[in-house]
Amino acid sequence: MTTMTMIEAVRDALRVEMERDERVMVLGEDVGRLGGVFRATEGLQDRFGPERVVDTPLAEGVIAGTAVGLAAAGLVPVIEMQFLGFSHQAFHQIGPQLARFRFRSQGRFTMPVTIRAPFGGGVRTPELHSDAIEAQFVQCPGLKVVMPSTAADAKGLLASAIRDPDPVLVCEPLKGYRLVKGEVPEGDYTVPFGTLRLAREGRDVTLVAWSAAVWVAEKAAEALAEEGIEATVVDLRSLVPLDVLGLSEAVAATGRCVVVHEAPLTAGFGAEVVATVQEETFYLLEAPIGRVSAPDTPYPAGALEDIYLPTVARVIAAAREAVKAA
Amino acid sequence: MVPGRGRAGCGMTITSSAAVTPQFTAASGAAEPLTILAPDGTVAGETALSVAQVLEAIELMHLSRAVDAKGFSLQRQGRFGTFSPLSGQEASVVGAALALDPTRDWVVPQYRELPALLRQGFPLEAFLAYFTGKPAAARIPDGVNVLPLQIGLAAQIPHAVGLAWGLRQRGKDGVVLVFFGDGASSEGDFHEAVNLAGVVDAPVVFLCQNNGWAISTPRAHQSRAATLAARAPGYGIDGWFVDGNDLFAVYAAVSAAVDRARHGGGPSLVETVTYRMGPHNTADDPSRYQDAAVLEDWRSRDPITRVEAWLASEGRWDDGTAAAVKEQSIAAVEAAVKAAEAQPLPGVNAVFEEVVADPWPRLETQRRSLREANGDTA
Repeated sequence: MTTMTMIEAVRDALRVEMERDERVMVLGEDVGRLGGVFRATEGLQDRFGPERVVDTPLAEGVIAGTAVGLAAAGLVPVIEMQFLGFSHQAFHQIGPQLARFRFRSQGRFTMPVTIRAPFGGGVRTPELHSDAIEAQFVQCPGLKVVMPSTAADAKGLLASAIRDPDPVLVCEPLKGYRLVKGEVPEGDYTVPFGTLRLAREGRDVTLVAWSAAVWVAEKAAEALAEEGIEATVVDLRSLVPLDVLGLSEAVAATGRCVVVHEAPLTAGFGAEVVATVQEETFYLLEAPIGRVSAPDTPYPAGALEDIYLPTVARVIAAAREAVKAA
Repeated sequence: MVPGRGRAGCGMTITSSAAVTPQFTAASGAAEPLTILAPDGTVAGETALSVAQVLEAIELMHLSRAVDAKGFSLQRQGRFGTFSPLSGQEASVVGAALALDPTRDWVVPQYRELPALLRQGFPLEAFLAYFTGKPAAARIPDGVNVLPLQIGLAAQIPHAVGLAWGLRQRGKDGVVLVFFGDGASSEGDFHEAVNLAGVVDAPVVFLCQNNGWAISTPRAHQSRAATLAARAPGYGIDGWFVDGNDLFAVYAAVSAAVDRARHGGGPSLVETVTYRMGPHNTADDPSRYQDAAVLEDWRSRDPITRVEAWLASEGRWDDGTAAAVKEQSIAAVEAAVKAAEAQPLPGVNAVFEEVVADPWPRLETQRRSLREANGDTA
């Protein structure tokens, strides 16, 4: 174990996987010489050469589209969308093309492609750098979507994504790149998809979150504990595949649930969580399931971020509401 | 400073725009297409194709036209899904395909390039199975160097660039030939892909079949540029403007482009000027937008009769050979249709197969549920 920041963990996963498998190549905007705008790929071009760590033209569509062809040629591309909010330029290549290429070719062409995409608010970035649009990708059959909140998961989920025979979108919460530190296993380390992480266990209410929203839920749980409300915090980590069993058990244990996410409310992935929880645990629920999210409005300018994003106070209020219900 | 826009009132001279001229102009894009085989079958210059290759070509062209006829008939009978014929464009597709070595080169199709797929070794039966809605039977066999048909127009162009780049990365000397149309050349994917190919020197040939139409939208609505090939220098690559109804000219241009790509010269853009003599697909009615006289003019330059005229001048074609080739084409199509229709209809499992390598519990639950709902016990 070594203490690493989240960005160091990402870089470590890339280095380990590139050493493990010579077919792995990294491509994207500014990933080579600069080492990425967040330095996630720092040092990789020096180590593995410009053929394997490639600065591409500024064109998200062809970064994703060319990964399809590279995979068909037998390579294992790890592409970077410099920000998830820019991936709309590539959405047609990711959803309708990359994600369904195995299906369309009936298994003749598999797509071991990883898409890394920083996203998330709270750091006063310019427009379109923060938007949490994960739910749009969840609706792309054939694509897995994982969203770590810890340094260890940032490494382990990324390594699993690179080794996966199918395409995986890894959304990385950019606010945590340097703020979040933790113990990370050295060398070979993977975290399986479809298993949630219990970040905290409590008997009164279950807070369900992923990525940066987990930190908000954890802070809320600490505050709630001071007033005698013990909360479980579920870090889903993997939206597709979803750990339906783990989620159901975690909610069934308290009978009360609040979902927290950075994306707008309507048809956010929270809606899927709520639907799943009621299907699986309806008769064990003691209260309506709450949601704390961004409103159904565009991601605003920096001065409004703290109003827009889920806050500890809003999560606390929703948890109290759930616990109060008869 | 922008020419002709001196800042008046600042004591600066206002320069006349006539004093400077642009290095490239709209007019510099105009060109006459490369032609070798005239409509009457006479050859200007030489063709590198042997008689045997031309005979291979004419067989593929006739087979393709037989599939067009059968595809329409089957669609009208409800036995085929929507189908797009190639009629009129056979020289563009076959001439380009003949320039490839199927054992190492790849074809990345749109959806109207059947004879190129056949030459690469893709079975006709599998192509027809696609239109009968049987995905497993339509699978591209291992070892056949083609990517799947593409319905999202231009989306295949980035795939082709990645494939070509990847082949080189893997130390192989294959070249990728990617097909698309004049309509698809307006998509962002075209620009992004050709641009990237130039930057990474991908061994790829971009074959733009300018057949005059994107469904009902004429070529002039796609771009103000006189030729689409004229875009090539903007990407730092070679461009070819070719008579797309001339088998020999298409072969010559694509051969040169393939050779260049194979030897590290990077990508080329080849525009073949041809004409879609049929409808866009079985759901289209070109009489609503097409000028009958223009169509007749193109029919007089049919790419098949042109090749037949040349073969006749070589003493290798007469009414007897023509009848035999047509008969053989129809027989091949009938046999392939029979085989495709004999393939089993897919069941519920086919909805779930090859979505991901390892389906997770939720997918398996959905599979079970749909099997029950459909009474599928297979």
